[in-house]
Amino acid sequence: MNILTMKNVKKSFGGTEVLRDISLTVEEGQVLAIIGPSGSGKSTLLRCATLLTEMTDGSLSYLGEPAAQSVGGRAVYADKARLKKARSVFGLVFQNFNLFPHYSVLKNLTDAQITVLGRPRENAEAKAMALLEKMGLADKAGAYPFQLSGGQQQRVAIARALAMDPRILFFDEPTSALDPELTGEVLRIIRELALEKMTMVIVTHEMAFARDVADRVIFMDGGVIVEEGSPEQVIGHPQQARTRQFLQRYSEN
Amino acid sequence: MSVQTMLGLLGQGFLTTLSIFFLTLIGSLPLGLLVYFGKKSRLAPLRWVVNAYISIMRGTPLMLQLMVVYFGPNLLFGVLPPANWRFGAVITGFIINYAAYFAEIYRGGIESIPAGQYEAAEVLGYTRVQTFCKIILPQMVKRVLPAVTNEVITLVKDTSLAYVIGVVEMFTRAKQINSAPDSPGMLAFVVAGVIYWVFNLVVTVVMARVEKKMSYYQ
Repeated sequence: MNILTMKNVKKSFGGTEVLRDISLTVEEGQVLAIIGPSGSGKSTLLRCATLLTEMTDGSLSYLGEPAAQSVGGRAVYADKARLKKARSVFGLVFQNFNLFPHYSVLKNLTDAQITVLGRPRENAEAKAMALLEKMGLADKAGAYPFQLSGGQQQRVAIARALAMDPRILFFDEPTSALDPELTGEVLRIIRELALEKMTMVIVTHEMAFARDVADRVIFMDGGVIVEEGSPEQVIGHPQQARTRQFLQRYSEN
Repeated sequence: MSVQTMLGLLGQGFLTTLSIFFLTLIGSLPLGLLVYFGKKSRLAPLRWVVNAYISIMRGTPLMLQLMVVYFGPNLLFGVLPPANWRFGAVITGFIINYAAYFAEIYRGGIESIPAGQYEAAEVLGYTRVQTFCKIILPQMVKRVLPAVTNEVITLVKDTSLAYVIGVVEMFTRAKQINSAPDSPGMLAFVVAGVIYWVFNLVVTVVMARVEKKMSYYQ
Protein backbone atom coordinates (compact mmCIF):
# COMPACT_ATOMS: atom_id res chain seq x y z
CA MET A 1 0.00 0.00 0.00
CA ASN A 2 1.15 3.53 -0.76
CA ILE A 3 1.44 5.59 2.36
CA LEU A 4 2.52 8.74 0.54
CA THR A 5 1.82 9.77 -3.04
CA MET A 6 3.07 13.03 -4.52
CA LYS A 7 2.31 13.83 -8.15
CA ASN A 8 3.71 16.58 -10.38
CA VAL A 9 4.69 18.73 -7.46
CA LYS A 10 5.82 22.25 -8.32
CA LYS A 11 6.91 24.97 -5.97
CA SER A 12 8.02 28.49 -6.73
CA PHE A 13 9.14 31.17 -4.31
CA GLY A 14 8.47 34.47 -6.04
CA GLY A 15 9.79 33.81 -9.52
CA THR A 16 12.21 31.06 -8.52
CA GLU A 17 11.15 27.51 -9.29
CA VAL A 18 12.48 25.30 -6.50
CA LEU A 19 10.59 22.11 -7.38
CA ARG A 20 9.83 21.32 -11.02
CA ASP A 21 7.41 18.49 -11.48
CA ILE A 22 8.34 15.94 -8.84
CA SER A 23 6.43 12.70 -8.41
CA LEU A 24 7.11 9.97 -5.91
CA THR A 25 5.40 7.29 -3.87
CA VAL A 26 6.42 5.63 -0.66
CA GLU A 27 5.07 2.18 0.13
CA GLU A 28 4.46 0.78 3.56
CA GLY A 29 7.68 -0.47 5.15
CA GLN A 30 9.89 1.29 2.66
CA VAL A 31 12.86 3.49 3.54
CA LEU A 32 13.49 6.23 1.00
CA ALA A 33 16.64 8.34 1.15
CA ILE A 34 16.74 11.67 -0.67
CA ILE A 35 20.21 12.97 -1.47
CA GLY A 36 21.46 15.94 -3.43
CA PRO A 37 23.43 19.17 -3.17
CA SER A 38 22.16 22.01 -1.01
CA GLY A 39 19.62 24.11 -2.85
CA SER A 40 18.46 21.10 -4.86
CA GLY A 41 14.97 21.35 -3.35
CA LYS A 42 15.03 18.27 -1.15
CA SER A 43 14.15 20.10 2.05
CA THR A 44 11.40 22.02 0.26
CA LEU A 45 10.03 18.71 -0.99
CA LEU A 46 9.94 17.42 2.59
CA ARG A 47 8.24 20.61 3.77
CA CYS A 48 5.61 20.24 1.05
CA ALA A 49 5.02 16.62 2.03
CA THR A 50 4.57 17.59 5.70
CA LEU A 51 2.20 20.49 4.89
CA LEU A 52 4.60 23.10 6.27
CA THR A 53 4.92 24.70 2.85
CA GLU A 54 2.13 24.93 0.28
CA MET A 55 2.84 23.51 -3.14
CA THR A 56 2.26 25.80 -6.10
CA ASP A 57 0.87 22.92 -8.11
CA GLY A 58 0.55 19.17 -7.78
CA SER A 59 -1.24 16.63 -5.65
CA LEU A 60 -0.46 15.04 -2.33
CA SER A 61 -2.20 12.17 -0.60
CA TYR A 62 -1.74 9.98 2.43
CA LEU A 63 -3.14 6.44 2.49
CA GLY A 64 -4.94 7.28 -0.77
CA GLU A 65 -6.79 10.22 0.74
CA PRO A 66 -5.97 13.52 -0.95
CA ALA A 67 -4.62 16.38 1.14
CA ALA A 68 -4.14 18.53 -1.97
CA GLN A 69 -5.11 18.15 -5.61
CA SER A 70 -4.05 19.90 -8.76
CA VAL A 71 -6.93 21.96 -10.14
CA GLY A 72 -6.29 24.11 -13.20
CA GLY A 73 -2.55 24.34 -12.62
CA ARG A 74 -2.84 25.15 -8.93
CA ALA A 75 -2.64 23.03 -5.81
CA VAL A 76 -5.94 23.13 -3.94
CA TYR A 77 -5.80 21.96 -0.35
CA ALA A 78 -8.46 19.91 1.40
CA ASP A 79 -10.51 21.25 4.31
CA LYS A 80 -9.21 21.56 7.87
CA ALA A 81 -10.59 18.21 9.03
CA ARG A 82 -8.94 16.30 6.17
CA LEU A 83 -5.62 18.07 6.68
CA LYS A 84 -5.77 17.21 10.36
CA LYS A 85 -6.31 13.59 9.40
CA ALA A 86 -3.40 13.71 6.95
CA ARG A 87 -1.18 15.19 9.67
CA SER A 88 -1.99 12.26 11.93
CA VAL A 89 -0.44 9.91 9.37
CA PHE A 90 3.07 11.35 9.42
CA GLY A 91 5.71 12.50 11.86
CA LEU A 92 8.65 14.79 11.21
CA VAL A 93 12.09 14.96 12.78
CA PHE A 94 13.72 18.35 12.23
CA GLN A 95 17.33 19.19 11.64
CA ASN A 96 17.29 21.46 14.71
CA PHE A 97 15.18 19.09 16.85
CA ASN A 98 12.67 21.84 17.78
CA LEU A 99 11.93 20.31 21.16
CA PHE A 100 9.76 22.43 23.45
CA PRO A 101 12.33 23.97 25.81
CA HIS A 102 9.85 24.72 28.60
CA TYR A 103 8.69 21.10 28.82
CA SER A 104 10.61 18.26 30.42
CA VAL A 105 11.64 15.39 28.17
CA LEU A 106 8.68 13.35 29.42
CA LYS A 107 6.21 16.18 28.79
CA ASN A 108 7.67 16.74 25.31
CA LEU A 109 6.62 13.15 24.62
CA THR A 110 3.26 13.10 26.39
CA ASP A 111 1.71 16.52 25.80
CA ALA A 112 0.70 16.06 22.16
CA GLN A 113 -0.56 12.54 22.90
CA ILE A 114 -2.87 13.97 25.56
CA THR A 115 -3.77 17.27 23.85
CA VAL A 116 -4.07 16.10 20.26
CA LEU A 117 -4.93 12.40 20.48
CA GLY A 118 -6.85 12.60 23.74
CA ARG A 119 -4.98 9.72 25.32
CA PRO A 120 -5.30 9.23 29.08
CA ARG A 121 -2.23 10.51 30.91
CA GLU A 122 -1.16 7.08 32.21
CA ASN A 123 -1.21 5.57 28.72
CA ALA A 124 0.68 8.53 27.29
CA GLU A 125 3.32 8.28 29.99
CA ALA A 126 3.68 4.53 29.60
CA LYS A 127 4.15 4.99 25.86
CA ALA A 128 6.66 7.80 26.42
CA MET A 129 8.69 5.79 28.91
CA ALA A 130 8.79 2.76 26.61
CA LEU A 131 10.10 4.97 23.80
CA LEU A 132 12.68 6.64 26.04
CA GLU A 133 13.81 3.18 27.11
CA LYS A 134 14.26 2.27 23.46
CA MET A 135 16.24 5.48 22.86
CA GLY A 136 18.44 4.72 25.88
CA LEU A 137 17.21 7.88 27.59
CA ALA A 138 14.89 6.57 30.30
CA ASP A 139 17.01 8.31 32.94
CA LYS A 140 16.48 11.67 31.20
CA ALA A 141 12.67 11.74 31.52
CA GLY A 142 12.78 14.55 34.08
CA ALA A 143 15.50 16.58 32.33
CA TYR A 144 14.92 19.68 30.21
CA PRO A 145 16.12 19.82 26.59
CA PHE A 146 18.92 22.33 27.33
CA GLN A 147 20.48 19.80 29.68
CA LEU A 148 20.93 17.25 26.89
CA SER A 149 23.56 16.88 24.18
CA GLY A 150 22.51 17.40 20.56
CA GLY A 151 22.42 13.67 19.93
CA GLN A 152 20.24 13.10 22.97
CA GLN A 153 17.92 15.94 21.95
CA GLN A 154 17.53 14.45 18.50
CA ARG A 155 16.71 11.03 19.98
CA VAL A 156 14.06 12.69 22.15
CA ALA A 157 12.69 14.38 19.01
CA ILE A 158 12.47 11.00 17.28
CA ALA A 159 10.68 9.56 20.31
CA ARG A 160 8.29 12.55 20.36
CA ALA A 161 7.36 11.88 16.73
CA LEU A 162 6.98 8.13 17.32
CA ALA A 163 4.75 8.70 20.36
CA MET A 164 2.02 9.87 17.97
CA ASP A 165 2.05 6.48 16.17
CA PRO A 166 2.77 7.84 12.70
CA ARG A 167 2.50 5.52 9.68
CA ILE A 168 5.43 7.32 8.07
CA LEU A 169 8.29 9.28 9.56
CA PHE A 170 10.17 12.07 7.76
CA PHE A 171 13.69 13.11 8.68
CA ASP A 172 15.08 16.46 7.53
CA GLU A 173 18.88 16.07 7.69
CA PRO A 174 18.64 14.59 11.19
CA THR A 175 22.38 14.66 11.85
CA SER A 176 23.41 17.91 10.13
CA ALA A 177 23.24 20.00 13.31
CA LEU A 178 25.20 17.48 15.34
CA ASP A 179 28.88 17.26 16.21
CA PRO A 180 30.43 14.44 14.17
CA GLU A 181 30.92 12.23 17.22
CA LEU A 182 27.20 12.42 18.02
CA THR A 183 25.80 11.40 14.63
CA GLY A 184 26.33 7.68 15.31
CA GLU A 185 23.81 7.44 18.14
CA VAL A 186 21.09 9.03 16.00
CA LEU A 187 21.85 6.96 12.90
CA ARG A 188 21.80 3.81 15.04
CA ILE A 189 18.24 4.59 16.14
CA ILE A 190 17.08 5.21 12.56
CA ARG A 191 18.71 1.96 11.50
CA GLU A 192 16.82 0.12 14.24
CA LEU A 193 13.57 1.64 13.03
CA ALA A 194 14.36 0.48 9.49
CA LEU A 195 14.84 -3.06 10.78
CA GLU A 196 11.41 -2.83 12.42
CA LYS A 197 10.00 -1.91 8.99
CA MET A 198 9.08 1.64 9.92
CA THR A 199 8.19 3.58 6.77
CA MET A 200 10.64 6.47 6.48
CA VAL A 201 11.75 9.27 4.17
CA ILE A 202 15.19 10.57 5.05
CA VAL A 203 16.83 13.65 3.59
CA THR A 204 20.49 13.15 4.36
CA HIS A 205 24.08 13.95 3.53
CA GLU A 206 25.33 10.70 5.07
CA MET A 207 25.99 8.66 1.91
CA ALA A 208 27.26 5.54 3.66
CA PHE A 209 24.23 5.59 5.91
CA ALA A 210 21.80 6.13 3.01
CA ARG A 211 23.36 3.26 1.11
CA ASP A 212 23.12 1.05 4.13
CA VAL A 213 19.65 1.79 5.41
CA ALA A 214 17.56 2.80 2.38
CA ASP A 215 15.56 0.55 0.09
CA ARG A 216 15.40 3.29 -2.48
CA VAL A 217 17.43 6.42 -3.15
CA ILE A 218 16.43 9.58 -4.97
CA PHE A 219 19.08 11.98 -6.20
CA MET A 220 17.73 15.50 -6.63
CA ASP A 221 19.33 18.47 -8.31
CA GLY A 222 17.89 21.74 -9.57
CA GLY A 223 14.39 20.88 -8.37
CA VAL A 224 14.06 17.63 -10.32
CA ILE A 225 14.65 13.97 -9.61
CA VAL A 226 17.79 13.21 -11.60
CA GLU A 227 18.13 9.59 -10.69
CA GLU A 228 16.14 7.09 -8.68
CA GLY A 229 16.64 3.45 -7.78
CA SER A 230 18.20 1.07 -5.30
CA PRO A 231 21.16 2.38 -3.28
CA GLU A 232 23.32 -0.04 -5.23
CA GLN A 233 22.27 1.65 -8.49
CA VAL A 234 22.17 5.31 -7.49
CA ILE A 235 25.07 5.52 -5.05
CA GLY A 236 27.01 2.44 -6.21
CA HIS A 237 26.67 2.75 -10.00
CA PRO A 238 25.15 6.11 -10.89
CA GLN A 239 24.06 6.43 -14.54
CA GLN A 240 23.72 10.19 -14.74
CA ALA A 241 26.72 12.48 -15.04
CA ARG A 242 25.29 14.89 -12.46
CA THR A 243 24.89 12.11 -9.89
CA ARG A 244 28.43 10.91 -10.49
CA GLN A 245 29.75 14.45 -10.17
CA PHE A 246 27.91 14.99 -6.88
CA LEU A 247 29.04 11.69 -5.38
CA GLN A 248 32.60 12.25 -6.51
CA ARG A 249 32.76 15.69 -4.95
CA TYR A 250 31.25 14.12 -1.89
CA SER A 251 33.86 11.41 -1.50
CA GLU A 252 36.61 13.97 -2.00
CA ASN A 253 35.41 15.98 1.00
CA MET B 1 2.30 69.70 61.74
CA SER B 2 3.71 66.80 63.71
CA VAL B 3 5.78 64.16 61.94
CA GLN B 4 3.22 61.61 63.00
CA THR B 5 0.36 63.50 61.32
CA MET B 6 2.48 63.87 58.21
CA LEU B 7 3.27 60.16 58.10
CA GLY B 8 -0.39 59.36 58.58
CA LEU B 9 -1.38 61.56 55.62
CA LEU B 10 1.37 60.15 53.40
CA GLY B 11 0.35 56.63 54.43
CA GLN B 12 -3.22 57.30 53.29
CA GLY B 13 -1.89 58.64 50.03
CA PHE B 14 0.28 55.59 49.62
CA LEU B 15 -2.77 53.32 49.84
CA THR B 16 -4.23 55.18 46.84
CA THR B 17 -0.86 54.86 45.06
CA LEU B 18 -0.97 51.10 45.69
CA SER B 19 -4.54 50.86 44.31
CA ILE B 20 -3.55 52.69 41.12
CA PHE B 21 -0.49 50.45 40.78
CA PHE B 22 -2.27 47.12 41.20
CA LEU B 23 -5.46 48.02 39.31
CA THR B 24 -3.34 49.25 36.38
CA LEU B 25 -1.35 46.00 36.25
CA ILE B 26 -4.44 43.80 36.61
CA GLY B 27 -6.05 45.67 33.72
CA SER B 28 -3.15 46.36 31.38
CA LEU B 29 -1.20 43.08 31.46
CA PRO B 30 -4.09 41.06 29.90
CA LEU B 31 -5.32 43.99 27.79
CA GLY B 32 -1.83 44.23 26.26
CA LEU B 33 -2.26 40.69 24.91
CA LEU B 34 -5.62 41.61 23.33
CA VAL B 35 -4.02 44.68 21.77
CA TYR B 36 -1.26 42.46 20.38
CA PHE B 37 -3.89 40.17 18.82
CA GLY B 38 -5.57 43.22 17.32
CA LYS B 39 -2.27 44.34 15.85
CA LYS B 40 -1.82 40.89 14.30
CA SER B 41 -5.43 40.53 13.18
CA ARG B 42 -6.32 39.47 9.65
CA LEU B 43 -8.80 42.37 9.53
CA ALA B 44 -6.91 45.32 8.11
CA PRO B 45 -9.20 48.03 9.64
CA LEU B 46 -8.70 46.54 13.11
CA ARG B 47 -4.94 46.61 12.56
CA TRP B 48 -5.09 50.29 11.54
CA VAL B 49 -7.12 51.21 14.60
CA VAL B 50 -4.79 49.33 16.93
CA ASN B 51 -1.66 50.79 15.33
CA ALA B 52 -3.09 54.32 15.64
CA TYR B 53 -4.00 53.64 19.26
CA ILE B 54 -0.49 52.37 20.10
CA SER B 55 1.08 55.29 18.29
CA ILE B 56 -1.02 57.85 20.22
CA MET B 57 -0.50 56.16 23.58
CA ARG B 58 3.26 56.05 23.12
CA GLY B 59 3.55 59.35 21.31
CA THR B 60 1.75 61.72 23.69
CA PRO B 61 2.33 62.48 27.39
CA LEU B 62 0.54 60.26 29.87
CA MET B 63 -0.33 63.42 31.82
CA LEU B 64 -2.20 64.79 28.81
CA GLN B 65 -3.96 61.44 28.29
CA LEU B 66 -5.19 61.50 31.89
CA MET B 67 -6.65 64.97 31.33
CA VAL B 68 -8.41 63.83 28.14
CA VAL B 69 -9.88 60.78 29.86
CA TYR B 70 -11.03 62.89 32.82
CA PHE B 71 -12.47 65.90 30.97
CA GLY B 72 -13.25 64.20 27.64
CA PRO B 73 -16.69 62.75 28.46
CA ASN B 74 -17.98 66.16 29.48
CA LEU B 75 -16.22 68.36 26.92
CA LEU B 76 -16.73 66.04 23.94
CA PHE B 77 -20.11 64.46 24.61
CA GLY B 78 -21.61 66.69 27.29
CA VAL B 79 -21.90 63.66 29.56
CA LEU B 80 -21.69 64.39 33.24
CA PRO B 81 -19.31 61.73 34.65
CA PRO B 82 -20.11 60.00 37.96
CA ALA B 83 -18.99 61.64 41.16
CA ASN B 84 -15.98 59.39 41.69
CA TRP B 85 -14.85 59.68 38.07
CA ARG B 86 -11.49 61.17 39.12
CA PHE B 87 -10.23 57.80 40.29
CA GLY B 88 -11.95 55.94 37.43
CA ALA B 89 -10.32 58.27 34.91
CA VAL B 90 -6.87 57.68 36.42
CA ILE B 91 -7.27 53.91 36.30
CA THR B 92 -8.70 53.99 32.76
CA GLY B 93 -5.94 56.30 31.53
CA PHE B 94 -3.19 54.22 33.08
CA ILE B 95 -4.60 50.92 31.84
CA ILE B 96 -4.98 51.99 28.20
CA ASN B 97 -1.56 53.65 28.24
CA TYR B 98 0.31 50.72 29.76
CA ALA B 99 -1.54 48.15 27.62
CA ALA B 100 -0.04 49.80 24.52
CA TYR B 101 3.48 49.39 25.91
CA PHE B 102 2.83 45.83 27.05
CA ALA B 103 1.44 44.93 23.61
CA GLU B 104 4.72 46.02 22.00
CA ILE B 105 6.75 44.14 24.60
CA TYR B 106 4.70 40.98 24.00
CA ARG B 107 5.16 41.39 20.26
CA GLY B 108 8.93 41.49 20.69
CA GLY B 109 8.81 38.37 22.87
CA ILE B 110 6.55 36.40 20.57
CA GLU B 111 8.46 37.32 17.42
CA SER B 112 11.72 36.19 19.00
CA ILE B 113 10.45 32.61 19.33
CA PRO B 114 11.92 30.46 16.52
CA ALA B 115 9.58 29.42 13.70
CA GLY B 116 10.57 25.82 14.43
CA GLN B 117 8.44 25.89 17.58
CA TYR B 118 5.30 26.63 15.54
CA GLU B 119 6.27 24.04 12.94
CA ALA B 120 6.90 21.31 15.50
CA ALA B 121 3.52 22.02 17.11
CA GLU B 122 1.76 22.08 13.75
CA VAL B 123 3.23 18.76 12.64
CA LEU B 124 2.26 17.18 15.96
CA GLY B 125 -1.34 18.29 15.31
CA TYR B 126 -1.78 21.10 17.83
CA THR B 127 -4.43 23.64 16.79
CA ARG B 128 -3.43 27.30 16.50
CA VAL B 129 -5.01 28.14 19.84
CA GLN B 130 -3.31 25.18 21.55
CA THR B 131 0.02 26.14 19.98
CA PHE B 132 -0.29 29.68 21.29
CA CYS B 133 -1.45 28.79 24.80
CA LYS B 134 0.80 25.78 25.44
CA ILE B 135 3.93 26.41 23.40
CA ILE B 136 4.30 30.10 22.57
CA LEU B 137 2.78 31.99 25.53
CA PRO B 138 4.83 30.31 28.29
CA GLN B 139 8.06 30.94 26.38
CA MET B 140 7.01 34.52 25.65
CA VAL B 141 6.42 35.24 29.34
CA LYS B 142 9.96 34.22 30.19
CA ARG B 143 11.45 36.31 27.39
CA VAL B 144 9.54 39.51 28.22
CA LEU B 145 10.08 39.48 32.00
CA PRO B 146 13.05 41.88 32.04
CA ALA B 147 11.21 44.40 29.82
CA VAL B 148 8.02 44.07 31.89
CA THR B 149 10.03 44.70 35.06
CA ASN B 150 11.22 47.97 33.56
CA GLU B 151 7.65 49.04 32.82
CA VAL B 152 6.46 48.08 36.30
CA ILE B 153 9.21 50.19 37.87
CA THR B 154 8.19 53.11 35.67
CA LEU B 155 4.57 52.58 36.69
CA VAL B 156 5.46 52.94 40.39
CA LYS B 157 6.78 56.43 39.66
CA ASP B 158 4.09 57.30 37.07
CA THR B 159 1.33 56.85 39.66
CA SER B 160 2.33 60.32 40.89
CA LEU B 161 0.89 61.79 37.66
CA ALA B 162 -2.58 61.18 39.11
CA TYR B 163 -2.13 64.52 40.88
CA VAL B 164 -2.99 66.40 37.64
CA ILE B 165 -6.63 65.48 37.97
CA GLY B 166 -6.64 65.78 41.71
CA VAL B 167 -6.54 62.16 42.84
CA VAL B 168 -4.96 62.28 46.24
CA GLU B 169 -2.21 59.68 46.04
CA MET B 170 1.07 59.95 47.90
CA PHE B 171 2.69 62.65 45.75
CA THR B 172 -0.42 64.87 45.85
CA ARG B 173 -0.40 64.47 49.62
CA ALA B 174 3.25 65.43 49.83
CA LYS B 175 2.53 68.59 47.85
CA GLN B 176 -0.43 69.44 50.09
CA ILE B 177 1.64 68.88 53.22
CA ASN B 178 4.42 71.01 51.82
CA SER B 179 2.11 73.95 51.16
CA ALA B 180 0.33 73.74 54.52
CA PRO B 181 0.92 76.74 56.84
CA ASP B 182 2.64 74.53 59.43
CA SER B 183 4.60 72.60 56.78
CA PRO B 184 7.51 70.47 57.98
CA GLY B 185 9.51 71.77 55.00
CA MET B 186 11.23 69.33 52.63
CA LEU B 187 10.51 66.38 54.88
CA ALA B 188 7.27 65.32 53.18
CA PHE B 189 9.00 65.08 49.78
CA VAL B 190 11.97 63.24 51.23
CA VAL B 191 9.76 60.69 52.98
CA ALA B 192 7.60 60.24 49.87
CA GLY B 193 10.77 59.75 47.78
CA VAL B 194 12.05 57.11 50.20
CA ILE B 195 8.71 55.28 50.07
CA TYR B 196 8.74 55.23 46.22
CA TRP B 197 12.30 53.97 46.28
CA VAL B 198 11.57 51.20 48.79
CA PHE B 199 8.45 50.24 46.82
CA ASN B 200 10.61 49.80 43.71
CA LEU B 201 13.17 47.87 45.69
CA VAL B 202 10.40 45.42 46.58
CA VAL B 203 9.26 45.31 42.93
CA THR B 204 12.82 44.52 41.81
CA VAL B 205 13.25 41.74 44.37
CA VAL B 206 9.87 40.18 43.52
CA MET B 207 10.53 40.28 39.76
CA ALA B 208 14.02 38.82 40.24
CA ARG B 209 12.38 35.98 42.11
CA VAL B 210 9.88 35.38 39.32
CA GLU B 211 12.74 35.38 36.80
CA LYS B 212 14.60 32.85 38.90
CA LYS B 213 11.51 30.68 39.04
CA MET B 214 11.44 30.62 35.26
CA SER B 215 15.11 29.71 34.93
CA TYR B 216 14.41 25.98 35.10
CA TYR B 217 14.75 25.96 31.32
CA GLN B 218 16.70 27.88 28.72
